[in-house]
Amino acid sequence: MDPMNYILLAAVLFTIGAVGVLVRRNAIIVFMCVELMLNACNLAFVSFARMHGTIEGQIVAFFVMVVAAAEVVVGLAIIMQIFRTRRSASIDDASLLKH
Amino acid sequence: MNPISESPELMLATVISAGETAAFWVLGSIAVLAALGVVLLRKAVHSAIMLALVMTILAVFYGIHQAPFLMVVQIVVYTGAVLMLFLFVLMLVGVSSADSLTETIRGQRVLSAVVAACFLGALAIGLTRVRLGAPQGLDAGTAEAGGNVPWVALEVFHRYVIAFEATGALLIVAVLGALILAHQERRRRNSQRDQSRARIRGDHPTPLPGPGTYARHNAIDAPALLPDGSVAKLSINPILAAREEQPPEAPEVTGGSDEAHDALDQQPGQHTGEQDTDQRNTGTERGED
Repeated sequence: MDPMNYILLAAVLFTIGAVGVLVRRNAIIVFMCVELMLNACNLAFVSFARMHGTIEGQIVAFFVMVVAAAEVVVGLAIIMQIFRTRRSASIDDASLLKH
Repeated sequence: MNPISESPELMLATVISAGETAAFWVLGSIAVLAALGVVLLRKAVHSAIMLALVMTILAVFYGIHQAPFLMVVQIVVYTGAVLMLFLFVLMLVGVSSADSLTETIRGQRVLSAVVAACFLGALAIGLTRVRLGAPQGLDAGTAEAGGNVPWVALEVFHRYVIAFEATGALLIVAVLGALILAHQERRRRNSQRDQSRARIRGDHPTPLPGPGTYARHNAIDAPALLPDGSVAKLSINPILAAREEQPPEAPEVTGGSDEAHDALDQQPGQHTGEQDTDQRNTGTERGED
């Protein structure tokens, strides 16, 4: 098997996540799709680390996980706050700046 | 060092074996299907479960890729912490809040599909033209460093120590930000003295009229009648009065529907019941005083 198949799988997962970000309107599901994209990138990093015989890919994937954890914490807190004030988790409803 | 890194299953040869090929096709197709489920399933909880499946499969791939440390971190941090946080917030926001799948921007889905197909096509064309040959594998470096975890630690604490410290600062800032965002001022509970003071200074020091007095029946939603036969609006719960005047609307079919309202509409009896008991309690308090 060609090791590039892993990278292709990562590309497919990334694209599915991007479509979810574009299409879905529940803020939490949009967040989950962002996580899916980050995970796809991590798979590519780890695969490249094995292909090239270096550890850097794993280190970068580790940092991506840390940043993703921080991002999820703050993002979910913001979603909770929006839900508290507007009683809705839909990203279409948070459009006050538009008017 | 680490029992995981030394287990023979994970120390694969540099040539990709038939077993790994089979595992890739089986697990990879499951991962793609689960990722599609994240995007297509209507309920957010189902999406979260599908995402957990994708993340677990990716952890298996990390194990195959000689990254046992990342495999454990993936399961502990992502599937364990991040997804549980997602589920926790879903419970707070409302599990029954199903996303309405109607389009608000016309042609958005078609355009998204076209853009995604173009993106994936461009990536696939580029990636399939690259030939890297058999993977070099991490066996040499792992043996030299004494295991995968010591190798990762060596790199993180020597070459990437600045970035590592920066992530520490980032995590602290994120925790503080989440604390500030999620913090809610606790409302001071009114004591009996406060309540009586407010009642005397308010418009109605006397007890409010009970529902159904002089009316045809004494149901909770039948307003009391004053001596001149007019309706005493204060005798019934304002929520009930609003419901009497405006019959509940049909749930919105168009997009951007308020999910909290949807949840309310699904269980009307339960909620009005709660409101009724609330109002009755306050009513009896007022009556006794």
